[in-house]
Amino acid sequence: MKATINGEARELETGLTFAELLDQLGVSQSGIAVARNDQVLRRGALGEERIREGDRIEIIRAVAGG
Amino acid sequence: MNQEVLRIGKYEFTSRLIVGTGKYPSLEVMRQAHEASETQMVTVAIRRIHLDDPSGKTLLDYLDRSKYAILPNTAGCFTAKDAVLTAHLAREALQTDLIKLEVIGDTDTLYPDTRETIAAAEILVKDGFTVLPYIVDDPVACKRLEEIGCAAVMPLAAPIGSGLGVCNPYSIRIIKECAKIPVIVDAGVGTASDAAIAMELGVDALLMNTGIAAANDPVLMAHAMRNAVMAGRQAFLAGRMEKRLYANASSPMQDLIGTSRRK
Repeated sequence: MKATINGEARELETGLTFAELLDQLGVSQSGIAVARNDQVLRRGALGEERIREGDRIEIIRAVAGG
Repeated sequence: MNQEVLRIGKYEFTSRLIVGTGKYPSLEVMRQAHEASETQMVTVAIRRIHLDDPSGKTLLDYLDRSKYAILPNTAGCFTAKDAVLTAHLAREALQTDLIKLEVIGDTDTLYPDTRETIAAAEILVKDGFTVLPYIVDDPVACKRLEEIGCAAVMPLAAPIGSGLGVCNPYSIRIIKECAKIPVIVDAGVGTASDAAIAMELGVDALLMNTGIAAANDPVLMAHAMRNAVMAGRQAFLAGRMEKRLYANASSPMQDLIGTSRRK
């Protein structure tokens, strides 16, 4: 299954949840947020929502800025 | 003196200095500068994580959230659409409805795009955010943002990172006189006197990043800015004397000793 994560094309296992994707990437769920196709996912939904073919996924965190 | 309270939406602060987290020589220096500034709100930016290096100590490890409210920004956005998505991501990541709305119109001046800023503000207010928009020093743009329901307006003193100080004090004064919501001067303050001048105009607070972070000694400058903001605020409340062109002696001119006088 193909999906785009932060602008990079990635090949992912079919049926992967967002929580599983974060685990695979080594990303802790605290202080981050995830959007699928410009829709922000609630943290509580990350374990249930499954990634779909062609999803555009954004994973963000806070960085230094003014 | 009684501790004055600054109200921004449902939030209350006793500090009138909001400080950024960018451009410090190290995160430890940033942490010390925040302490020295006695700020109660710090800004952060929102960016994609790096997929090749997602772990490591992050900015949030250096921000004590029991001391500081976090004000995420939408810096780097050029459209209302991107700013709205960034704000929603920030709210989910940081569990705050505060947002510094920044929609840039031009990469050289980093001046805000007024049309896109107003469009984004309308959506974000409806979506329940406490919106603090960065905006040009234009009284009409500020009025529109207030009408929409923004919690404060943040006109620039000068371009972001320029350190030029308050370039148009008359506009800032008009904005403050017309506004019923807090006016926070954001961007362009370079040193303590700039901060005092801005506060003496009567604005409610200042937001600064580079003025502190790019000083040779950011921690000492943070302390200076804290003092300047307080001094400027107190001078504004005290009400300055009228300016006059000629001198007016402070000591009596009667009963002088001796007889020779200059006309």
